Amino acid sequence: MQTFRFDPCRLPPEAEALRGEVRAFLSDALTDIPPVIRAQTWSGYDPEFSKKLGAKGWIGMTWPKKYGGHERSALERYVMLEEMLAAGAPVGAHWIGDRQSGQLLLRFGTEEQRQLILPKAAKGELLFCIGMSEPDSGSDLAAARTKAEKTDGGWTVNGTKLWTSNAHNAHYMIALFRTSLDPDNRHAGLTQFLVDMKTPGITIRPIKDLTGNAHFNEVVFEDVFVPDNMMVGEEGNGWTQVTAELAFERSGPERYLSSFLLLTELIRELGRTGDTSADAEIGRLVAHLVTLRQMSVSIAGLLEAGENPIQEASVVKDLGALFEQELPVKAHELAGVEPMLGTGSDYAQVLGFLTQASVSFSLRGGTREILRGIIARGLGLR
Amino acid sequence: MSEFRNILGETIDRLLADHVTKEIVQKAEEGVWPKKLWSALEENGLTRLMAGEEQGGAGGSWGDALVILRAQGRYAAPVPLAETMVAAWLLSQAGLDVPDGPLTLLTGVTLGKEGTLSGTATHVPWGHNAVLGVALVPGPDGALHVVAVPLAGLKMGLEENIAREPRDTIIFEGHAVTSAPCDLTEGMETWGALMRSGLMAGGLDYLLNQSVEYANDRKQFGKPIGKFQAVQQQLAVLATQAAAAGAIAGHACERVGEADDPGFEVAVAKTRIDEAVNMSTSIAHQVHGAIGFTYEHGLHLVTRRLWSWRAEYGSGRSWAARLGRQAIERGADNLWTDVTAR
Ligand SMILES: Cc1cc2nc3c(=O)[nH]c(=O)nc-3n(C[C@H](O)[C@H](O)[C@H](O)COP(=O)(O)OP(=O)(O)OC[C@H]3O[C@@H](n4cnc5c(N)ncnc54)[C@H](O)[C@@H]3O)c2cc1C
Repeated sequence: MQTFRFDPCRLPPEAEALRGEVRAFLSDALTDIPPVIRAQTWSGYDPEFSKKLGAKGWIGMTWPKKYGGHERSALERYVMLEEMLAAGAPVGAHWIGDRQSGQLLLRFGTEEQRQLILPKAAKGELLFCIGMSEPDSGSDLAAARTKAEKTDGGWTVNGTKLWTSNAHNAHYMIALFRTSLDPDNRHAGLTQFLVDMKTPGITIRPIKDLTGNAHFNEVVFEDVFVPDNMMVGEEGNGWTQVTAELAFERSGPERYLSSFLLLTELIRELGRTGDTSADAEIGRLVAHLVTLRQMSVSIAGLLEAGENPIQEASVVKDLGALFEQELPVKAHELAGVEPMLGTGSDYAQVLGFLTQASVSFSLRGGTREILRGIIARGLGLR
Repeated sequence: MSEFRNILGETIDRLLADHVTKEIVQKAEEGVWPKKLWSALEENGLTRLMAGEEQGGAGGSWGDALVILRAQGRYAAPVPLAETMVAAWLLSQAGLDVPDGPLTLLTGVTLGKEGTLSGTATHVPWGHNAVLGVALVPGPDGALHVVAVPLAGLKMGLEENIAREPRDTIIFEGHAVTSAPCDLTEGMETWGALMRSGLMAGGLDYLLNQSVEYANDRKQFGKPIGKFQAVQQQLAVLATQAAAAGAIAGHACERVGEADDPGFEVAVAKTRIDEAVNMSTSIAHQVHGAIGFTYEHGLHLVTRRLWSWRAEYGSGRSWAARLGRQAIERGADNLWTDVTAR
């Protein structure tokens, strides 16, 4: 049984060179953004910032040049991503497109779709949302009911997608719809579509989350027409494709590095007070951080080698969420600062945001239990 | 992985699969030295893997050694293979000769001006089986010196840890020893912790394999217990812990040779792997039920070693304290730079 491959992976010199470039850019670009905003990292929406990154060539880095990409390696892309996250850059606007929608189109999309979408996405001008979950289809994604029915020249869509992050800002949704129903095979009959969010019949209702932000949405489809040429991949192949998409969705460094700011602010706080009683706890968190980073680098190495590290990504996402959910708890225990909203020190506000937000880290992108189920399957238990 | 490591992996795996039976380990726990196993390891050059080429070794790196350490951990091989490899490496670092036979590592001793050794070395692994003890201590010039002291005929307090491995006590009262300076910047605690980390990563590989296999075999309520989701989720946690341990052991061994501050890599590894051991040993035993609590079943041969190893050369928590102090002193704004410089 050799299920998980986390061999040490060395980042090549060109990736390290890029790191310097990204750091120099960020130290300039982020000066006016306060820590509490930076704490949102890849859920922070800032389309102007995304365009700047597009101009730098830091979106679609691995995509072919003919689609506006830059043909850089997965390891260079990895370094760019981890630097963005560690610095708390507001990368939320283009994150989904860069991470999964573009990759999906490269793999399954038509030439026409790629030409239409990718060059603009790489400039940071075209933003995506993910239409998977529905009111009755969360972990059980194959229970999706939103229906696309064949009509002249396209499909008519009816139903509701839920928890759709950034739907209110996105230009396109990659959506999973039911195109036929086989009671004996729930995984059949699902198909992916590229949906223009301005199409008549789409109603987007923001949902306020417990942090007070309205970042995800309910998206209702009422007789929405999607033309034939906007089907992604083959009819009925949606399950296979969405599984591939989820591998992209889960394999990046954001799965352990979305609240790094809290660790640095905690260390700053302890340095300020001169408290040494927390040394071992801080060291333990650093050990987890370094370990997760090495695991994440190895995954980037596997991606670069053209492998599909589905199992490894689940391992890092599970461990990463545990780490990031422990951070606010430790920060609370060790520094004795009350979490605040809007006022108080930077530390109090970062703690305030992440104490609330971190419960979602083991839900979004697949729950802890679902990931462990995937790992158990990898172990041969299911 | 390199071709060399593949061959190394196959060799050690075959050798340990042949020689390390449950009976051999249990006999070793009663004090019987596994002679055949040891000769096989020596004959294949594995004990000298890390010795320099001038010392008749393969000049292997820590990265190469990890292949052996993980295998030893996986099989619970009851011999000072790890200690001998590391002792041979230390001797070579100082240009000293590497003798045949089992070697061991000494802590708690000091090197006097006249080149004599004093102090009480406690918990010496296989002290009474070893031909030579090796220490790494500051010399009069401030540099670290490698010290070699023949152990044959010395009086020892014979003790054993909960793995039932020898951990002897030897009192040195101005023994004349051979010593020479080396370029290492970290002392025995660091290299010992790295050695134990590699062994523990291997032990965790075993716990995962063994527990999954058992969960697929053992039936309750009409089906294998591995079909119950509660059991699956526990085994998934064990898998993530074993994966983290393997990953960080691999990283640490790969980088210690070139890092400015190898103590950082080792501190991370020992801290993280200790924690993996804490969680994984309890899950493995939980999944095995009562049978895993018997002496007859082999699970404890590995879990008792894991509990012993995690306590040696500094607990995870003591390494974490060092790491944490360093991070706080270096300051918040250096953390990411330090982490990515690895
Ligand atoms: C912040 C945030 C952003 C999101 N953004 C998007 C998005 O952009 N697009 C999108 O499509 N979705 C999005 N989601 C939805 C996310 O994918 C779902 O929340 C997730 O898949 C879980 O579904 P659910 O919330 O319906 O929980 P449920 O599936 O109802 O699960 C509830 C609990 O039951 C457990 N459970 C369910 N089934 C099993 C099982 N078989 N075995 C064991 N335990 C089980 C779960 O693990 C969980 O603990 C987002 C969610 C959050 C929190």
